[in-house]
Amino acid sequence: MTRAAEPFSARLARRVNGVIAVLTLAFLAAPVLAIVPLSFSAGSFLTYPLPGLSLRWYSDFLSSPLWTRALGTSLLLGAGTTLAATALGTLAALGLANSRLRLRGVLMALIVSPMIVPVVVLAVGMTFVFSAAGLTSSLLGLLVAHTTLAVPFVVITVSATLAGFDPALLRAAASLGAPPLVAFRRVVLPLIAPGVLSGAVFAFATSFDEVVLALFLSGPAQMTLPKQMFLSLRETISPTLLAAAVLMTLVSTSLLLAIELLRRRNARLRGTER
Amino acid sequence: MAADEAAALGRRLVRAERRARLRAFALVAPLLGFLAFTFAAPLASMLWRAVADPELGAALPRTGPLLRAWDGRGMPGETIFATAAAELAHAAQDKAAGLLAKRLNYEEPGYRTLILKTANRLSPPFADGPRAAMEAIDPRWGERPIWLAMRRAAAPVTGFYLLAALDLQQGEDGIAAVPAERAIFRIVLWRTLGIAAATTAACLALGFPVALLLARAPPRRAGLLMLLVLLPFWTPLLVRIAAWIVLLQEHGVINDTLTGIGLTGQPLPLLYSRSAVLIAMTHVLLPYMILPLYSVMRAIPPVYLRAAASLGAPPFAAFRRVFLPQCLPGIGAGSLLVFILAIGYYITPALVGGAADQMISSQIAFYTIGTANWGMAAALSAVLLIATLILYAAYARLAGTGGLRLG
Repeated sequence: MTRAAEPFSARLARRVNGVIAVLTLAFLAAPVLAIVPLSFSAGSFLTYPLPGLSLRWYSDFLSSPLWTRALGTSLLLGAGTTLAATALGTLAALGLANSRLRLRGVLMALIVSPMIVPVVVLAVGMTFVFSAAGLTSSLLGLLVAHTTLAVPFVVITVSATLAGFDPALLRAAASLGAPPLVAFRRVVLPLIAPGVLSGAVFAFATSFDEVVLALFLSGPAQMTLPKQMFLSLRETISPTLLAAAVLMTLVSTSLLLAIELLRRRNARLRGTER
Repeated sequence: MAADEAAALGRRLVRAERRARLRAFALVAPLLGFLAFTFAAPLASMLWRAVADPELGAALPRTGPLLRAWDGRGMPGETIFATAAAELAHAAQDKAAGLLAKRLNYEEPGYRTLILKTANRLSPPFADGPRAAMEAIDPRWGERPIWLAMRRAAAPVTGFYLLAALDLQQGEDGIAAVPAERAIFRIVLWRTLGIAAATTAACLALGFPVALLLARAPPRRAGLLMLLVLLPFWTPLLVRIAAWIVLLQEHGVINDTLTGIGLTGQPLPLLYSRSAVLIAMTHVLLPYMILPLYSVMRAIPPVYLRAAASLGAPPFAAFRRVFLPQCLPGIGAGSLLVFILAIGYYITPALVGGAADQMISSQIAFYTIGTANWGMAAALSAVLLIATLILYAAYARLAGTGGLRLG
């Protein structure tokens, strides 16, 4: 069916759909794009037209101990969460990939369930348990909490790469004389590396963007970047906060880019590029 | 000989299988142990606290069993008065008395001061007997209601908080609604469902055309447009909320533009309103609608529509009767996913909504961090958790448990 043969009504419907879709995409992208120039404003009013361009709010951000300490805490917490979630999640995914394991479906459902439970509900339960265990108002407690939220992402991404893994490769490695650990390091790990890495990126992003658990579980000494933003937004919104927001977005979009590249590499490795 | 060897081989095979199974389990075990502490224990503790009623037992350990044995008719006997008076006087310096006072205050405002006052002033021995001593401090001790409230609080488990989460209470003759002026939660629950439903509808209305456009676009352009969907998906939540505040606030971008071109005389109150909550939540949740819709639409072979057309169906009929029915699983999965996520929302309404736009999660936060009424926080959490799980069961049926896509 060529376009010319299409009746007018169908073409009109297509157009209307296209217009709504493009407007929706603009609605999705515009708000964040709108604040980027404002963070470079020379003035302190958060509106257009800009009185001039400057980096003063960025230098304000970098010279404010409040914000830099929050950034440091968030980076540290993100790194710790990434390490813990990636280690626990990759091991579990390797175990779950073994078809001899009983109750695999149940275990998998159990492991991904932190994604389903509303974070506030989990935060309440963690408040009860962690305060009894002395883990509230501590960075370790927050790390444990963030790892709980992040670990399902690692299990899912690593399991996805393992699904395409051919166990015959392991037998081939063994028959060529490779001990199990060597076979794992030189055969399995390179093949699942994209999944492990994108899981790690998801884990970092989860922690870097997390605010509910931080609000419930942490004390004033564990001020993360999102928590600092939440508390500032409750009072007043400053250009410095926008500079922080743009920097956070930069980190997150680089992560998205990393994931996309990993996905393509993985697809290429498995010969399923789409 | 051969049979022996075969049996030995079989045994070795079984052993090897068991070893492999154990090894697989050993790999999963660290994570299971971790989640037992950080996920299962918190949820179990939350559910337990939603029904636990430990305060009276802790403050008045001997009075509790006596109250439970009392049939609740008439006034309690002298033994109960004597035990309660002795234990209350004894508990005066104790933290437990404060907790009991707080607990009983939930039953009836004013009981807090009654308990604390009585505990402080009672000093044995009681010249005219314990009952007279208590009634001298407050005449309410001579009436039934306080004793009935204490009897209700004497059981180790209570439905009190769960009932209260639905604005119900256990009266003398069964469960009844609390007086209208004290009802707070039902309105919040309905509001939560309303906001979630409106957000879901908006996401469907806006997400469907986008998914359709993506599904019909040539692969390269579809990939590019998909990036436009994923980019906001990856922008941190607080950045997106900050952006909406900048746009919507009194002297924000939108108001300045509107007044600048003379459309409105004075700034419109856009921020801290229900519409701000709906706009921001739709913005945040839209990708969760687009992604499942897109993946379902892409799987519908275009041949079907061409077949419908060749059989004489006009384009609208082909769309409505061939394409749309095949989209239904995607519509269902996307809508349920958005609805499930929306009913748990806390941060977005807290920052862009007004006092009348707060949802159940904000009540939960209030009772956990604010007033530390953990029983109430737990009961509201239990209500939210149960609602989520029921919806998730429906979602899993539609999309499969692996259906949570990662973008």
